[in-house]
Amino acid sequence: MTIHSKNLMIAGALAAGLATHYATPVSAEGAKEKCYGVALAGQNDCAAGPGTTCAGTSKVDYQGNSFKLVPAGTCTEIELPGDRMGSLEPLERDLPKG
Amino acid sequence: MSVFRDFAAALRAPDARRPQGALNPGGKPSVARYDVYRNNVATSLIEALATGFPVVRQLVGEEFFSAMAREFVLLHPPKDPVIVLWGAGFPDWLETFAPIKAVPYVPGIARLEYLRRQAFHAADVEPLEPAMLAGVAPDALAAQRLLPHPSARWMADPMPILSIWQRHQEDADDIDPPAGEILVGRPKMTVAQMAAPEGTCATLDALAGGAPLGRALPPDADHPAIFATLFAAGALLPPDHV
Repeated sequence: MTIHSKNLMIAGALAAGLATHYATPVSAEGAKEKCYGVALAGQNDCAAGPGTTCAGTSKVDYQGNSFKLVPAGTCTEIELPGDRMGSLEPLERDLPKG
Repeated sequence: MSVFRDFAAALRAPDARRPQGALNPGGKPSVARYDVYRNNVATSLIEALATGFPVVRQLVGEEFFSAMAREFVLLHPPKDPVIVLWGAGFPDWLETFAPIKAVPYVPGIARLEYLRRQAFHAADVEPLEPAMLAGVAPDALAAQRLLPHPSARWMADPMPILSIWQRHQEDADDIDPPAGEILVGRPKMTVAQMAAPEGTCATLDALAGGAPLGRALPPDADHPAIFATLFAAGALLPPDHV
């Protein structure tokens, strides 16, 4: 088998793999998204790199740059006291002083 | 500094002499206080291990687990103040622990539980969007180098580890995945594991070593199934990620 025909087979396998992947219904169950500005002080989640332990380190309630994992699709609908809303991006509001 | 060395050494040996020079506030040798501290060190580490390996604990029972964990703690105390990834050596150690031989699937379960923990704490990067590869010409595709996502972990075991793990979850369903290769990933920020077709582990080993797709996929393997599994687990990084 030539190199080129072998490569054609890989491309065919990829096409079949893609078809399977996109034909499989994505189960929304258990899916999470990062939601900024909704965690109470000290109750934020974290999925940062090794060596960091930022989970549970937020200083103020609804801190804008800390996130909580919430069910996917629900973040921006989360309403909080004082007309705050959850956000998929870090926020400038409610940052700890100093 | 030998006070500290003795202090630390005696923590790992329940029968060892208490360290010289450890005094209570009254200036007398501290006996009961040291014993309390030594016991707390062991107990807190046993609890940490129980938290990290909940299914192993269920399989062998609380009493057996505590006794077994105490042995491990004394032999392999944490080397790092951060405890979240402590216990990496537990699965291998279980292979050597004679009393567990009667339940031969326990080391495999421990391995899966540790891979899940690593996946959970792995660095946060968007995985490859599989459609990105759709338009790549065959020769370029075969030459394409793709690295595993930081959260991707893989293992193979002759026993039906996934099925045993699944049956010990609260929301256990009746699907019993077969024995063989297992892929762990963190698609959509949730750790997930799945049965993987034969050759998936070899593919990921090769990709991690920098091999292009054309050489990473083992001949005679079910390549479409391997692609679909890697995509489902979010196990690959985008090609432009360095």
